[in-house]
Amino acid sequence: MAATTHDHAHDHGDDHGHGHDDHHDHKPSFVARWFFSTNHKDIGTLYLIFAVVGGIVGGALSEIMRAQLQFPNNHIVESGQQWNTIITTHGLLMIFFSVMPALIGGFGNWFIPLMIGAPDMAFPRLNNISFWLLPPAFVLICIGLVMGESGSGWTLYPPLSNATYEHGMGMDCTLFALHLAGVSSLLGAMNFITTIFNMRAPGMTMHKLPLFIWASLVTAWLLVLSVPVLAGAITMLICDRNFGTAFFDPAGGGDPVLFQHLFWFFGHPEVYIMILPGFGIISHVISTFSKKPIFGYLGMVYAMVGIGVVGFVVWAHHMYLSGIDIDTRAYFMGATMVIAVPTGIKIFSWIATMWGGSIDFKTPMLWAVGFLFVFTIGGVTGVVCANAGIDEAIHNTYYVIAHFHYVLSLGAVFSIFCGVYYWIGKMSGRQYPEFWGKVHFWLFFVGVNLTFFPQHFLGLSGMPRRYPDYPDAFAGWNYVSSIGAYISGVSVLVFLYVCYRTFTSKVPVADNYWGEGATTLEWTQTSPPAFHTYTELPRIH
Amino acid sequence: MPGPGQQRRANRTTGIAVTAIVFGMVGVSFAAIPLYRLFCAATGFGGTPKIGGASAPGGNGQTIRVRFNADTNPGLPWVFAPDELEITVPLGEDHLASYHAHNRANRPVTGTAVYNVTPEKAAKYFHKTACFCFNEQTLEANQDMSFPLSFWVDPEITRDPNTADVRVVTLSYTFYKALDDAAKAGALAKAGPHVGSRPATN
Repeated sequence: MAATTHDHAHDHGDDHGHGHDDHHDHKPSFVARWFFSTNHKDIGTLYLIFAVVGGIVGGALSEIMRAQLQFPNNHIVESGQQWNTIITTHGLLMIFFSVMPALIGGFGNWFIPLMIGAPDMAFPRLNNISFWLLPPAFVLICIGLVMGESGSGWTLYPPLSNATYEHGMGMDCTLFALHLAGVSSLLGAMNFITTIFNMRAPGMTMHKLPLFIWASLVTAWLLVLSVPVLAGAITMLICDRNFGTAFFDPAGGGDPVLFQHLFWFFGHPEVYIMILPGFGIISHVISTFSKKPIFGYLGMVYAMVGIGVVGFVVWAHHMYLSGIDIDTRAYFMGATMVIAVPTGIKIFSWIATMWGGSIDFKTPMLWAVGFLFVFTIGGVTGVVCANAGIDEAIHNTYYVIAHFHYVLSLGAVFSIFCGVYYWIGKMSGRQYPEFWGKVHFWLFFVGVNLTFFPQHFLGLSGMPRRYPDYPDAFAGWNYVSSIGAYISGVSVLVFLYVCYRTFTSKVPVADNYWGEGATTLEWTQTSPPAFHTYTELPRIH
Repeated sequence: MPGPGQQRRANRTTGIAVTAIVFGMVGVSFAAIPLYRLFCAATGFGGTPKIGGASAPGGNGQTIRVRFNADTNPGLPWVFAPDELEITVPLGEDHLASYHAHNRANRPVTGTAVYNVTPEKAAKYFHKTACFCFNEQTLEANQDMSFPLSFWVDPEITRDPNTADVRVVTLSYTFYKALDDAAKAGALAKAGPHVGSRPATN
C-alpha cells in the first residue's frame, strides 16, 4: 500500500503552533502514566506485560500437567479434582489472560491507531477500564485454582459445574472472572470498532486498511456478537448455582445441552477471535520480508470476513456426541468444512506472497513461516475432526487436543511471537538480539512439535483427554510429549532473556528498520513513537 | 475531513450502536431458552413429542410398536416403572398406557418428569394428548399411584421417507424430585426463591 505522511511526530522540537504546552513528548508521572493511562501505546504495553504474566502462569500449569503425564501412575498431582482444576485454569488463562490480551489488547491497542493514522483510540478512558478489569479477573481465577474448586474444564459444562458437583466458592470466582474478562474484551471491541470506523486518516478507505486492521475489526465484531452469549450463559450458571434457578437443571425443566449450545455459540467464534489478529500480523510480516505487497489483498480481507461469518454457524461440531440428530450433524459437518475454503485462500495467498519474493529470514519471518507450518497441520486435522463419523471415535481424545493446540497454542502463539519480534524495535526503540531470537524460535518450534505431534498418535489409539493417568500402552509417546513440553519451557526462558537483552540494549533502531518491505503507517513514526502521535493527520494516496 | 466535534459525535453514535448490539446479544442469549423450547416443540428436535393439538385422525390399518422406558433420579425416593414394557398400537388411533409409582419415603414427595421419544426423528409424529408428565406429581408417604398417559402416532410416519424405516418408538421418562420439594428437604443448600420451575404447558 502506498502511504505517505506529512506528519512528523511532535518530539522533534519543531512546534506546530497548536497552543498546547504538553506536546513535546511530555509524559505524566509514573502512577498517572501507568495506572490512569489513557494512552493507547501505554495501555498496549500493559496488555503485553499482562499477557506475558498470564502466559507464564498458564504455561507453568502445562508443565505440571506434562510432568504428571510423563510416566503412568505418576502422583505429582494429588487428586482428580486437583487435576481438573489445573486443566481448567490452564485453558482459561491461556485464552483470556494470554492470547487475547497479547493479540487484541496488546498489538491491537498499539498498532490500530498507528496503522490507521489516528492520534489515539476513540474512547481512551474506556480503554483504561478495559485493561484494569483484567488483573482482578486474573486474581479471581487464581483463587479458583488455589482453592481447587474449579474443576469443570474450561468449557464449564453443567452438571459438572453446578452446585452439586462443584459446590465451592472457587467455581463462582472462576465464573465471575470470566464475566470481568468478558466485559473487558467487550469494551475493547467497542473501542476498536469505533476507532476503525471513524478515525481513519483522510484517504484511508476500508479497502486500503492494512490487513492487521481488518483482522482486528473482524475480531472485534466477533467479540461483540459472541461474548454477550457467554456472559448470558455463565450468568444463568451462576444463578443455577447460587439462586436456585434451573436453567440447566432438568429437575426444574432446564436442559444441560442448552448450556453447550450457548457456550459453543460463543466458543467457536472465540477460536477465530484468537487466531484472526494473528492472521493480520502474519500477513504484514510475510509481505515485509518477501519485499512484496500481500498477494490477493481483497481475497485476504473477505476470507477473514467469511471466516468470521461462517464461524457463527458451525458451533455444534463441538457437540456431535450430545445427542443431536444425524441431519443436524450433516449440516454442521458441511458448514465446518466450508471454513477450510477461506482459510485455504489465506494460506495460499501467503505462499503466493512469498513466491518469487526476495525473502529475508529474520526472526519474525521464521515465526511467520513456522506459523504457516503449524497452522496448516492444525487446519488439516481440523477437517478430520469436522467429520461427524470420525469424531465419534476421536471426540474428547488427545487427537482433538493435538488439533486445537496446533492452531491455538502453536498457531496463535507463533503469531504473537512473530508480532513481538516484528514490532519490538518499534515499540521499545531497541534492537532485539537476532541470534537469541532465532534460538528462541528453533527451541520453541522443536519443543511444541515434539509435545503435540505425538498426541495425534495417542488420540488415534484412544487416549481420552481430561485424565491425570493412562494405561501403560500410552507410555512411550506421553514421555516424548513431556520432553517436548520441557524444551518449550526452556524456550520461554530464552524469550525472557531476549526481552532482557532488548531492553538493556544500547543499539537504537531506525524509524523503518525493516526497509522497503514495511509499508504501513507505523513505520513513518519514530522508534519508539512519540507519546502523542499524528497530531497532524497523515494523508493516504 | 471531519472536525473534532463531528468526530466526537460519530464516535458516540458508533459506540452507542455497538453497546446496543452487546445488550441485544445478552437478550438473545436469554431469549434462547424459550426459543429453544419452541424450536424443539415445533420440529420434534431432540425427540420432543407433539403436545396436545389435533385429535387422532383415525387409523389406516397399520400398527407400530411402542416401548416404554422409566428412569428415576437417585434424589427421588420413588420406584417408577411402566405397567407394560411394550405394546403394539394401531397408527392414528388414540391409545391409553400407564406407569406406576411408589413413594418409598415416609413423607410426601413431589416429583416431575422429563420425557422424550427415540428415535428422535419420529418425535414429530408422536402426539401426546394427556400425560402425567405435564404437571408435577405429589405422592403421600408410601403411596402407590398409577400414572396414565394418552397418545397417538401419526400415520404420516410411514409416508415420510425419513421415518418410513421406524418400526419401534421408545417413550422415555426420567423422574426428578421437584425443585421446590428439594429445597424444602434442604437438598439445595444454598437455594433461594425458585424461579426456574417449568411452565405447566410443557
